Amino acid sequence: MLYLMPVAAVIATGILGALVFSLIGYDGVGAVREIFLTPILNPLKWQDLAIKAAPLIIIAVGLSIGYRANVWNIGAEGQYILGGLAGTGVALLTRDFSGPWILPLMVVAGIAGGMAWAAVPALLKTRLRVNEILTSLMLTYVAIQLLNYLVIGPWKDPMGMGFPQTVRFTAEQTLPRIVPGTIIHAGVLVALLVALGAWFVMARSVFGFQVRVVGAAPNAARYGGFSVNGTVWLTLLVSGGLAGLAGVLEVTGPYGRMVPSFPSYYGFTAIIVAFLGRLHPVGVIFAGLAIALTVVGGDIAQTTIGLPNAAVGIFQAMMLFLLLGSDILVRYRFRRAGTAMVGEAA
Amino acid sequence: MSADILIAIVITLIGASTPILLAALGELVVEKSGVLNLGVEGMMLIGAVTAFAITYNTGNPWLGIFCAALASTAASMLFAFLTLSLSANQVATGLALTIFGTGFSSLFGQAYTGRPIEIFRSVFPPELVSHPLLRLVFGHSPLVYFSLFMVFAVWWFLRRSRAGLILRAVGENDLSAHSIGYSVIGVRYAAVAFGGAMAGIAGSCFPLLLTPQWAERLTAGRGWIALALVVFAAWRPFRLLAGAYLFGLVMTLELYAKASGGAAAILPSEFWAALPYLATILVLVLISLRRSGYSAAPACLGKPFLPTN
Amino acid sequence: MEASVPPRLELAGISKRFPGVLANDQVSFAVRPGEIHALLGENGAGKSTLVKMIYGVMQPDAGQIRWDGETVSIANPRQARRLGIGMVFQHFSLFEAMTVLENIALGMDAKIPARELESRIRAVLAHYELALDPHRVVSTLSVGERQRIEIVRSLLLNPRLLIMDEPTSVLTPQEVEQLFVVLRQLAAEGCSILYISHKLHEIKALCGTATILRAGRVVDICDPAEESSRSMAEKMIGGNLKDVIKDKGRSFGEPRLVVDALSVPAIDRFGTSLSDISFSVGTGEIFGVAGVAGNGQSELLLALDGEVPVAPSAIVIGGEAAGNLAPGQRRKRGLCAVPEERHGHAAVSDFSLSDNTVLTARDRLGMVSMGLIRSGSARSFTDRVISEFSVKAQGAGALASSLSGGNLQKYITGREILQNPDILVIDQPTWGVDAGAAAAIRQAIVDLAAGGSAVVVISQDLDELLELCDTLAVINGGRLSDKLTVGEVSVEEIGLLMGGIHGTAQETTIGAGAKRAVSA
Repeated sequence: MLYLMPVAAVIATGILGALVFSLIGYDGVGAVREIFLTPILNPLKWQDLAIKAAPLIIIAVGLSIGYRANVWNIGAEGQYILGGLAGTGVALLTRDFSGPWILPLMVVAGIAGGMAWAAVPALLKTRLRVNEILTSLMLTYVAIQLLNYLVIGPWKDPMGMGFPQTVRFTAEQTLPRIVPGTIIHAGVLVALLVALGAWFVMARSVFGFQVRVVGAAPNAARYGGFSVNGTVWLTLLVSGGLAGLAGVLEVTGPYGRMVPSFPSYYGFTAIIVAFLGRLHPVGVIFAGLAIALTVVGGDIAQTTIGLPNAAVGIFQAMMLFLLLGSDILVRYRFRRAGTAMVGEAA
Repeated sequence: MSADILIAIVITLIGASTPILLAALGELVVEKSGVLNLGVEGMMLIGAVTAFAITYNTGNPWLGIFCAALASTAASMLFAFLTLSLSANQVATGLALTIFGTGFSSLFGQAYTGRPIEIFRSVFPPELVSHPLLRLVFGHSPLVYFSLFMVFAVWWFLRRSRAGLILRAVGENDLSAHSIGYSVIGVRYAAVAFGGAMAGIAGSCFPLLLTPQWAERLTAGRGWIALALVVFAAWRPFRLLAGAYLFGLVMTLELYAKASGGAAAILPSEFWAALPYLATILVLVLISLRRSGYSAAPACLGKPFLPTN
Repeated sequence: MEASVPPRLELAGISKRFPGVLANDQVSFAVRPGEIHALLGENGAGKSTLVKMIYGVMQPDAGQIRWDGETVSIANPRQARRLGIGMVFQHFSLFEAMTVLENIALGMDAKIPARELESRIRAVLAHYELALDPHRVVSTLSVGERQRIEIVRSLLLNPRLLIMDEPTSVLTPQEVEQLFVVLRQLAAEGCSILYISHKLHEIKALCGTATILRAGRVVDICDPAEESSRSMAEKMIGGNLKDVIKDKGRSFGEPRLVVDALSVPAIDRFGTSLSDISFSVGTGEIFGVAGVAGNGQSELLLALDGEVPVAPSAIVIGGEAAGNLAPGQRRKRGLCAVPEERHGHAAVSDFSLSDNTVLTARDRLGMVSMGLIRSGSARSFTDRVISEFSVKAQGAGALASSLSGGNLQKYITGREILQNPDILVIDQPTWGVDAGAAAAIRQAIVDLAAGGSAVVVISQDLDELLELCDTLAVINGGRLSDKLTVGEVSVEEIGLLMGGIHGTAQETTIGAGAKRAVSA
């Protein structure tokens, strides 16, 4: 039941989406076919799916760990941008060097950048009880302005014919492709490893237990000897670090340089992925692929039937609405099982 | 700087504050009932695109505002149905509403990109509106007067009316309110609907008051600032008014700085663009420093209502 | 009963079923005008369900409710109030951040101007000689004052039947007597009272008739004056009362837990601060902390088990300063604790029992290696708790939320006791627990102490403390009295301490009245 619901939500979104878009004057059935089926049926699109899903999965795994602990980091977009910026910073500093250490250094810098951006909400929440939802989100807007400032100002490529962008990274600063003849880069493998690693940690380790207790009952966590503030720090650093990782993998992979259009709403879309994946790392892999489907399919639908790109957001939101609405069915079963005792105690 | 420019800046400031004030007033009532609706930004975008489309096609801004309120209320009812009737997670559903509103406004706004409409100006006689001093009082859009009236109305409702007392009770202790015999869900539906209508009207301010051209995501995170403002104001309407105008000042600082020359020339424009968001964080920090250990938030804020019977 | 005067309230064959349990089975009894009628039964006997049907919160599946002889169906609390039924809940339905006046206004169905309401409140307060300031914010009031709000709220509606659900569980002995004075006055004025309790000596002192419920059925309707407390208790639990077996001739060893000038600021605006608390508990000693709810009991537990850090020297475990140690470190030093709130504090409701074992037993019992949880050993320890404490649960994988209150409390207590703590701190060990489970838990506590552990029992049930403890002290307003020896101190003395330190003139006169009532 718990894990069938997301599948049902995707299917219901297809049906409802076809209906709604037909009603408002688009080719609804065509839209659903292009968005949900074409990317699967056309093998040429599989590599697109993989590289769109990778950052979504990496970010959503981090977010889902935080959400489990009731830590609502919704500023992953900002942490993703900072990850990309930190990686770019290292790239610009190491242009005159060579060696296999450069790319790993960039990746580490990216993770650190994301962590640094997430450390602000963590500090404010643990020290001053400032709500992390608002601070992490506000920092996203700040990150966008920081990016604009850097690519228009100090980091602008002097040979770029006035375009606001950095120089192209060297070969040693770029992610290797792992499947010859495709655009699938090493980040896809990293995404899988991150998700599987998170699965193991969440299921088996004391850290995973701690996250679940803090989310389910903070008072019980304190009683059990877990620090609630420590958990806030850990989860924000992990989710920020993973968003930063996704950022640096994007800039060293598909982009190859920093550009103003780097913020691609992966950080927001990953929130949907996290919920659609039931805040479970393995679920997130499938959810990431499902959402990547709408992104890739949305591009196809835009060119083939002229469906505006914004429609993708509506499909994604619809999916999330349906999933959240279906939660009650899952809960209702639990409640019925528990009602015998509840009724008696009442 | 001349008094003329100063007055112009004050009028701009008040205009820039108005959408935040309206949205925050709505959210204040919602939160007082114990519901956290993070979909303000999304509802504002829905209001903005509706107001634009209706005003563009009919030329009637009043109708545009009315339809914006209706459309956002409809969206808020989706949120209410999920969180109140189906007890879905309020944080997640609010985020979903914002994502939905963003997509909705982009989709329906696409056809209007770059098209202009007329600013919804003051309806007072021209001699008052253009009077060098009296325009401080008469030179505002009806939306501004409406927002000021609503500050008072919300204060009166919460502090003086019985319905407001019941609404506060529901937000303070939903189980007790239920056991006395009040409809917790009913009260919260009404509050969320009010919040939706206010967010819609707040959204309509963007095309009608601030930027009379359609652009994607034109609310630029103001809905989130409104949420922060409610915390800043400690859930009090008049403090909300002060806070909103303070933010209006921050947002128009760039204008002010440019008019006076000096510092603005040194600092990059990106800094000024980021300033409102930095200011929001700063304000949240200050408010928690001043508060000694506890919060003034309604006790049931964000928690689903699950009666035991 | 005269045929001409029908009962104020009559229940005929009332049944109510919840999924998997029959909460009320053919319940019938009647309450006469002006009668104080006890409804007696264990937790889970179906009292609360029955009362909710009378007050219109739920509807019966079968049977009839008659009011003044006429069959009525009570759709909601509002209709109940219109009939003249008032209710004072066990868990007050109050709004902490609002004033007394606002709280009462919320309880009124009609809209009454604030000024008129206030004068009517003052009239009721004067008539029943109750002290309460209508403009105080509820969070600043004592439990007794909070109950007065509920009572005034009901009395303003001129009720003809007042339902009191476990009204004395949170009051000092003196406050109980004061309440009884009011209830007797009300009954003399013709109002019927349905008095729900499991405290037998109160029922003997107050009630004219008692209906005893067990497992949803009426097992007896009797005159409390003609019964002994023991006979009523045995009807209530349907078996023989089990007394705690305690060796009288025990002696205590050297101090294991020493608390020295412990002070803790209030956690939030509704909390109590602790000031200058000192006591010591020796090996084998059971030390009780008595007091009315909300006087710092939960704060004391949090300070003792390490959930709130305090000055290092304020808490000494086995001779070493431990005030700055976290809960996990204190457990390693041998201090285990059981907080009052079972759901969300002592246990995570949505977790399995096995995971709840990991919550507190992982370090003492080696359930972690290299950062990973050894779920096998957690499961086997959980199985041991389940069997040794006769916990009714579907194995170690059962969710904590699926257990009844008594069984969950047995599991939690067992989980801590089977870790063989040198020191056990336990808050409200038998709150809301049926008699069988309560007896088992009390015996386990006594056995632990007999094995040489020091035990601190915090409880609002004075009878329980007098039965269990060797020594006790009273907590009031965050201050702890001197240590008293059980057997050398009277209930009246303890009662005065419970209400004492911030006692007002009003309460002193009531104390005097209470003594009269007792001797009468």
